[in-house]
Amino acid sequence: MTRKWIFWLPLIVTVGLFFTFLIALIRPSDRAIESQLVGQQLPAFEAPAAMADQPGTRSQDYADGKPRLLNVFASWCGPCVAEIPVLLQLQAMGVEINGVAIHDRPEDLAGFFAQNGNPYARVGLDQGGRAQMSFGSAGVPETFIIDGQGRVVDQHIGVITEEDIPDILAKLRGS
Amino acid sequence: MRFILAVVLLCVAQPVLAQDYAEESLPDPKQEEQAIALMDTLRCVVCQGQPISGSNADLARDMRRLVRERIEAGESPDAVRNWLVNRYGQWISLKPSMNEQTAPLWIIPLLALAGAGALYSRRAKRKGR
Repeated sequence: MTRKWIFWLPLIVTVGLFFTFLIALIRPSDRAIESQLVGQQLPAFEAPAAMADQPGTRSQDYADGKPRLLNVFASWCGPCVAEIPVLLQLQAMGVEINGVAIHDRPEDLAGFFAQNGNPYARVGLDQGGRAQMSFGSAGVPETFIIDGQGRVVDQHIGVITEEDIPDILAKLRGS
Repeated sequence: MRFILAVVLLCVAQPVLAQDYAEESLPDPKQEEQAIALMDTLRCVVCQGQPISGSNADLARDMRRLVRERIEAGESPDAVRNWLVNRYGQWISLKPSMNEQTAPLWIIPLLALAGAGALYSRRAKRKGR
């Protein structure tokens, strides 16, 4: 009896592998690259001021007891426009949001803010993507929730929608 | 005389302002070799199937600049790779390291080979009898 079972084993394994590969091929994998920094201290970075009337942002701004959002965005990024109204809503609720603009120019940012509004307390310019790489961020928009001790609580990849507000507020409060 | 001097000076002149290590080689060929080897084994996080050495994505360009700058500053290629792996995960490395997650990739084929060898030798013995 056991001999018969062993006889069929290679076929069963092959068929199992076939379906595993088939399922993986049909259902595309989650392609978002998550930052490994969640749960860790925000690493050292410096993004100099992008606007004349607003300060830039750097790692030292984040461990003063106040939780914040750190939003990676760009004026050339379409989806970033879509989340500005939601960020303005969060700002009205008293959430401090700092922005890091990737590959951007002050004049383009000024136009972007004039058109869409400016939800940021600080806006830093990240020319060579240095700040972005130090966060482990793979694109725009991305938002990091930073607690009062400067630790990364969570990373939100993609546009923030109104449905995300309760979750973000809870994570900010919990920190 | 002045003309010749100007030509000679132009020939030895180095671009100073337009130095962008995203596209330009390091002056030290040995360091450049290390940088290229590293860039060939780092995966682009935007266009995912390509190494950063062959990608036109902005972030890949930023990573090439980061690699060259750090190598020029004297960091070892492994240190630069670790810096990126600590941020983007093992995913970014096209040279997977042996750890508890990847160990089965090496061990399972060896086990399968050993198993097949055992089966074969048993059968061969039986036939020999």
